[in-house]
Amino acid sequence: MKISVKVNGRDYQREVEPRLLLSDFLRDELNMTGTHVGCEHGVCGACTVMVDGDSMRACLCLAVQMDGREVTTVEGLGAPDDLNLLQRKFREHHALQCGFCTPGMLMTATDLLAKNENLTDEELRDGLSGNLCRCTGYEHIVQAVRAAFAARGGAGK
Amino acid sequence: MKPPPFSYAVAESVEHAISLLADADGEGKLIAGGQSLMPMLNFRLLEPELLIDIGRVPELDTVSEANGGLSIGALTRHATLEHSPLVKAYFPVLSFAMTHVAHLAVRNRGTIGGSLSHSDPAAELPMMAMLLDAEISISGPQQQRGVAARDFFLGALDTDLDDTEMVTGITLPALPSGSGWGFEEVSRRAGDFAIAAAAAVLRVEDGVTRDVRLAVTGVDETPLRMSRAEAFLNGKALDEDVLSAAAYLVRSDVNPNTDQQASSDYRRHLVGALVKRVLRSAWLWALEGAR
Repeated sequence: MKISVKVNGRDYQREVEPRLLLSDFLRDELNMTGTHVGCEHGVCGACTVMVDGDSMRACLCLAVQMDGREVTTVEGLGAPDDLNLLQRKFREHHALQCGFCTPGMLMTATDLLAKNENLTDEELRDGLSGNLCRCTGYEHIVQAVRAAFAARGGAGK
Repeated sequence: MKPPPFSYAVAESVEHAISLLADADGEGKLIAGGQSLMPMLNFRLLEPELLIDIGRVPELDTVSEANGGLSIGALTRHATLEHSPLVKAYFPVLSFAMTHVAHLAVRNRGTIGGSLSHSDPAAELPMMAMLLDAEISISGPQQQRGVAARDFFLGALDTDLDDTEMVTGITLPALPSGSGWGFEEVSRRAGDFAIAAAAAVLRVEDGVTRDVRLAVTGVDETPLRMSRAEAFLNGKALDEDVLSAAAYLVRSDVNPNTDQQASSDYRRHLVGALVKRVLRSAWLWALEGAR
């Protein structure tokens, strides 16, 4: 089936099998390997991407369902030499160690930042609770996202 | 962990979806958000020949006022229910319950029609449909019909839906004014399915309860309304003795499973504790409202 998807602002047309997952479409068809694949049943959050402005599990979406939609992946945030605010805060606060969960964490936090002016600590932790991290103990990730909210409220953004 | 092969068709309308379902002769499966179906496909628990995508039927994605209550389309996302000002105004207990459904990314994509049709025995939305006396709208090849939530859920992953029918939405009658509410859930981790959950709505008149509704989930094959406890509670002032007696009735009326998360005995104990909490909360809210 032929689909047309906008990914990180660029249009792509591809012929795909109906059963192809969005996560595999991004990684294998578009060579965007920033979206990580963990559990493939919606539990770990590593494959989280934005679809039309909402964070979603790429492993629980079919590529064919993305026809005409707009997808943002971690590659659509900053560039390695030009990190965006959230990515800078992740680096400053040591919010990653092995990096496997990081793309999903960043996309979930992007959703939280886009839809909320500010969040209580409880809301922030609840918002991130769908993304598993086995290295950090979460504390530094929470600090990084909180710092991104704080920076944006001030002179940031 | 990849889905088995299937064909894929996009439904342009409800009628189109139903005719595709009928043509598939039992081998078709509707997909909308896919937040229950996709894991089952990835695990290959299901191997449908045809997936019919109803995610592009715009008239199903609506929340509107109807007959004094709300009419909610099947494609409404859990996140929409959570944040909808109409839902918050009419059924604050429902928007609160939605915060317990899985996680942000799943609530952004999962639909209410999918959750109801899937009928997971520990899911929040089926319990809320029971609590709020939802009527579930169903379209099929011959007719459209409405089924009360309490007649819709037949068992774990089993509903009154026929192979060629689909849920198109629900209507919720407004709660009596001054109703108080409570919702409680216990799960091992935030966002997991409930080990047990309970919800109540009631109002207070002349110092005693009226219109008590009490629903539980995670403790039987389907969510349940606790009719015996409701009848017992109506017309009473809720003190600790009354709450304990209601919890006793609830514990007697459920039939929980043992699984890797919790034993049957623990679930039975837990649901009694949760029922006391939601009733206490609803009672205190309603007392405020009655003033």
